[in-house]
Formats: sequence, C-alpha cells, structure tokens
Amino acid sequence: MTEVKEREVAIVPPKDHTPVVRSLDPSDFPTPTSRDEEFRFTPMPRLHNLHQGNVVATGSMAIAVNKVAGSRFEIAGAKSTDRIGFTDKIAAGAWSQLETVSTLTIEANQNLSESVIVSIVGSGAVAFGQLDINVEKFASAVVIVDHIGAATYAGNIDINVADGGAVTVVSLQDWDASALHLAQHRITLGKDASVKHVSVTLGGDVVRILPSVHYAAPGGQAELIGLYFAGAGQHTEHRLFVDHSEANCRSNVVYKGALDGEDAHTVWVGDVLIRANAIGTDTYEINRNLVLSGGGRADSVPNLEIETGEIVGAGHASTTGRFDDEQLFYLQSRGINEEEARKLVLRGFFEDLLGQIAVPEINDRVRDSIEARLGGRI
Amino acid sequence: MSVLVIKGLTVEVTTEDGPKEILRGVDLTVKAGEIHALMGPNGSGKSTLAYAIAGHPKYTITGGQVSLDGQDVLEMSVDERARAGLFLAMQYPVEVPGVSISNFLRTSITAIRGEAPNLRHWIKELKESMAGLQIDPQFAERNVNEGFSGGERKRTEILQMELINPKIAVLDETDSGLDVDALRVVSEGINRVCAKGETGVLLITHFTRILKYVKPDFVHVFYDGRIVREGGPELADDIEANGYAQYVTA
Ligand SMILES: Nc1ncnc2c1ncn2[C@@H]1O[C@H](COP(=O)(O)OP(=O)(O)OP(=O)(O)O)[C@@H](O)[C@H]1O
Ligand SMILES: [Mg+2]
Repeated sequence: MTEVKEREVAIVPPKDHTPVVRSLDPSDFPTPTSRDEEFRFTPMPRLHNLHQGNVVATGSMAIAVNKVAGSRFEIAGAKSTDRIGFTDKIAAGAWSQLETVSTLTIEANQNLSESVIVSIVGSGAVAFGQLDINVEKFASAVVIVDHIGAATYAGNIDINVADGGAVTVVSLQDWDASALHLAQHRITLGKDASVKHVSVTLGGDVVRILPSVHYAAPGGQAELIGLYFAGAGQHTEHRLFVDHSEANCRSNVVYKGALDGEDAHTVWVGDVLIRANAIGTDTYEINRNLVLSGGGRADSVPNLEIETGEIVGAGHASTTGRFDDEQLFYLQSRGINEEEARKLVLRGFFEDLLGQIAVPEINDRVRDSIEARLGGRI
Repeated sequence: MSVLVIKGLTVEVTTEDGPKEILRGVDLTVKAGEIHALMGPNGSGKSTLAYAIAGHPKYTITGGQVSLDGQDVLEMSVDERARAGLFLAMQYPVEVPGVSISNFLRTSITAIRGEAPNLRHWIKELKESMAGLQIDPQFAERNVNEGFSGGERKRTEILQMELINPKIAVLDETDSGLDVDALRVVSEGINRVCAKGETGVLLITHFTRILKYVKPDFVHVFYDGRIVREGGPELADDIEANGYAQYVTA
C-alpha cells in the first residue's frame, strides 16, 4: 500500500451509447472475442464456450427462498418475450436456453421486516437462470441472492424498483473454486426509487458480473457496492454501467478488492454516463484494490462521460496498493505471524465497506469466507 | 535474568553489484536491567545490526551467533523472535494503512502474551500508557503510523515497547526527530520499562542529550561494521567533544 496512486482518467468525448444490439435472441449478436472492448480483460478460453450463446444446459440450479410476509416468490413462471433485450450474446444465450423465469415480488407499500434470502446452489452442471426482482410502489426490502456450490452458470437478474420503492440486493458469489458465473444485473429505477446493489465475489474460477443502472424517471438513487477477493488463479470481473438519463438522480459506486496469490486477476470497469438532459446529477465512483501477495493484477478503469455542465457533482478515483514486505516485517516484529498479519490488513481494508453494506446477516459470513480463502485454503 | 549474546556476527546485503558486507564481526552482550548505548557514524551499520537481530529478510547472516537466554535467535522467524522477547523500535517506523493502532496493538499483545487480554484491563492499560507518553487518545483509531509526524511515530514505538515489556529492546535512534519535551516524555517511558529490571536496552543514538535522561551503563563505539571501543558513560562525552576520527585507526 505504499505505492498508492490516484489516477486521473481522461474524459472521453460523448458518443452514441445505445447498445449496438439489444435482443433476446443470441443469434442477433456476433460472437465476442478478446478484441472487443467489453471482453478485453476476460479469459475467453475459460468461459466454457458460453460466449457462443448456444451451449445447452446439462442440469439446473437448486433454488430455495425463505417465506417473508409481504413478498411472493414464483420459482418457475412462464417466459414472456415482452421484456427488454440483453446486451450480449452470453446473456441472450442464457435466456434462450431457459424454459421458465423465477420472480420475486415485494408487494406494494410493504416494508419487509426480514431479509429475503434466495439461495442458488449449483451441483456441477451447466445451467442458466433468470431472476426478476420486482419491488412494487413504496415497498422496501433486503434481498440476498446467495450463489454457492459448483456450476457453469449464466444467470441474469433484473431488478425493477417502482416509484418510491427501496431495495437492497446483495448478490453473493461464494462459489467453489471451479465455478464459472456470468451475469447481467439490470437495475431499473422509477420515480424517487432507490437501490443498494451489493456484489460480493469471493469464489469461482471466473466470475463476471455486469451491473447496470437505468433511471426511468427523475429522483432515483443508486448505491453500488462491491467487495471482491481473488485468490491464486482466480478471475473476478465487475463491469458497471450507470446511465444517467433522467434529471436529479444520484449514483455512488464503491468497489474494493483484494488479491492474494499468483495470477489472481481482478477487473473493475466503471462506466458512468451523464446524458445531456440529466441535469442535477450527482455521481461518484471509486475503486480500491489491495494486492496482498504474489503477482496479482488489478485492472481498474473508471470512465466518466459528461454531456451536461448542469450537475451537482461528478467524480471518480482509483487506487491500487500493495501489502509490502516492510509492512509485513513491521507487523511480524510485533509478534504477529504472517497469516495473522495478512488477516489484520485485509480486515482493515474491508471493514468500512462491510459497514456500508450494513446487512448484518452477511458480515460474519463474508469475513469468515475471506479468511478461509486467504492463503489459498479453499 | 534474560541475556542477549551476539558473537562474531557478520551480515551482508544484496546490492546491484552483488553482496556487500556490512557487519564485520560484532560481539555484544546485553543483560536484563542494563542499558547499552551504541554510537557510531552514519552508515557504520547500526541499523543493520538492529534489523539483523530482529530478522529482517533483507539482511543475510553470513556468520556468527545470536542467542537469547540460550535459544538460537537466528533460527527463529521474525514473529517468533518478538514472541521470544526481542523488540525493535525502528528508526523509520512503517505505515500500515487500513489497520488502526488499537487493532494492531491488541493483535500484537495477544500474540506476545499468548492470549487475548481482558478487554476492560486492556483498555485501561492502553489509556494509561498513552497518557504517560502524552499521546492523544484519538491516535488509537488512526491507522498505524499513517500520516504520523516523525516524533509521533517514535512515541508510538515506545508505547509498543511499554505494552510489550520485552526482554531485550533495541531502540534505533528513537531520540532522533524529537523536540525537547518529547525527548523527556519518551525517555521517561523508556526508564519506566527499565525500572522494572526485566528489560535490557540497546540504545542506538547519535547524541548524548538522550543519555542525560536514559543513563547508560555501557557505551559502545561502532565503526565500519564492528564495535571498536567500549567503556562507560564518559565515552559518550568524549565522542561528543572529539568526534569519531580518533577511532578510525582503532
Ligand atoms: N541495499 C543496500 N545496498 C547497498 N548498500 C546498503 C544497502 N542496505 C544498506 N546498505 C549500506 O549499509 C551501510 C550501513 O547502513 P545502516 O543503515 O546500518 O547504517 P547506520 O549506522 O544505521 O546509519 P545511520 O546513522 O545513518 O542511521 C550503509 O553504508 C548503507 O548504505
Ligand atoms: Mg541507522
């Protein structure tokens, strides 16, 4: 952490942000390659061909949900084609392989007293999924989507928050070491709606999550929090897109990641667009990485495009620090062994973020999982 | 009674032009209850000696022995040495971002004492030691050495020494960078630890002013990687008056 550098990234000139293709049909997309900007950090050979958009499922995920008053869960509802298309071949491919959709509804005006926990458990098969989380008007809830087990899984989540609704969605990627997980998390906010989207990625061979925020009306608020830990050989990628297309909306992005071990690779890309009509926008994004040991690589690309000057604020920052030998020596010279020293530094690094996530159910779980993974024991 | 025995210690560092010998045969014995001052010109190898005792990986031991109460120190890892009772107050204490002083100290004390201290006693103990060294209680929540001034870092090193209560403490230029008041406060802290009679101190310094407060039993003159002269406190005054030139030919 001695070589901390704040990075200034040039503001890219405005361009047309409409996705080239938006479709539910994978054949509408060209097959991505590592020459595509969106995939330039992604290890394509480790995607089990899911990027071809035509891989067939060999099984399914086991899904379970607790019953919480004010919420409804439909595990296998009918697929409707009346929905917005996806932005890449992987997501559309997943959709095309599915026969049903799971839907969690938080009923209007309900303020849920307990967290809804959707557990998605893999048992090694190739599987696809679509989870819709619909938060009706003026409802509020905390939803934890817990991904565990082993899987080759492309599963998308659509989060729709109606006017005045407020939801915290925590997506936990606590996979076994072999897992592949590819997902788009598309968030749409109604008038004065708010979301806290938390992505916690700890396990898996390759995990690639693409959260995006779309404002359907003014007054929306999005808080995007990410915590990731990549051990030796793991690839963890988060690509965010916040599309400020409405007036007086806020977004705040905080992602923190730690790398431990050889060839650990993390990618964070934060694209924030403030369109010409999005006056009164307030946005900030920050990504911090900590390389604990080994030759890990943390790619961090904040990207802010501003098409109007009439905003409240817009900023970004990115830092990568290294836990170096001098720090280790100092802690050891106070009797703290190497493993404990790494834990101490890691705990310190993530502690404020766990505070911001503020979902007590996951704090201990995340802490324990990270510490168990530290030193490559999982 | 604890005793640190250093015999014929030779140490080298790796440089761009290959290995370079820094310590050329150091012999030194420090017993609990004793205060030894080690004085020598810049670059003579004082910090190298301190780091080699503590086990810094940058320094390669090429010969000699270091033992603490008969145990081979050179066989121990850095943290084992600390738990065995060695303490090094560093010339340049390291920043550890993200780790608060209170967390750091509690973890250290738990490791050194072999069990977590009783929380209530611990808070009291920490408060008292901080007050004794005139460290603002708010420092407990600041990250280790991050943004600390030179003097604040040195006080924090002595705070650690006081809480750890080591068998042997090597204090590498703890007096450098301290203002007159801080020098007194820090010296009192060192003396509080010494007064218990359980700790031997090796005080590395360039100046006799700290020796007015922390009275050495022995003074060693360090030159070109070895001890070239030993004596009592009068030796320090002689150095201050006449410099190191007189030892060059020694
Ligand atoms: N990595 C290195 N490469 C080359 N020389 C080194 C290296 N590390 C230490 N040295 C040299 O070893 C010698 C002893 O350094 P050391 O820090 O022990 O001196 P010191 O007596 O503590 O000096 P000071 O009074 O200035 O603190 C110096 O000449 C220093 O330049
Ligand atoms: Mg020195």
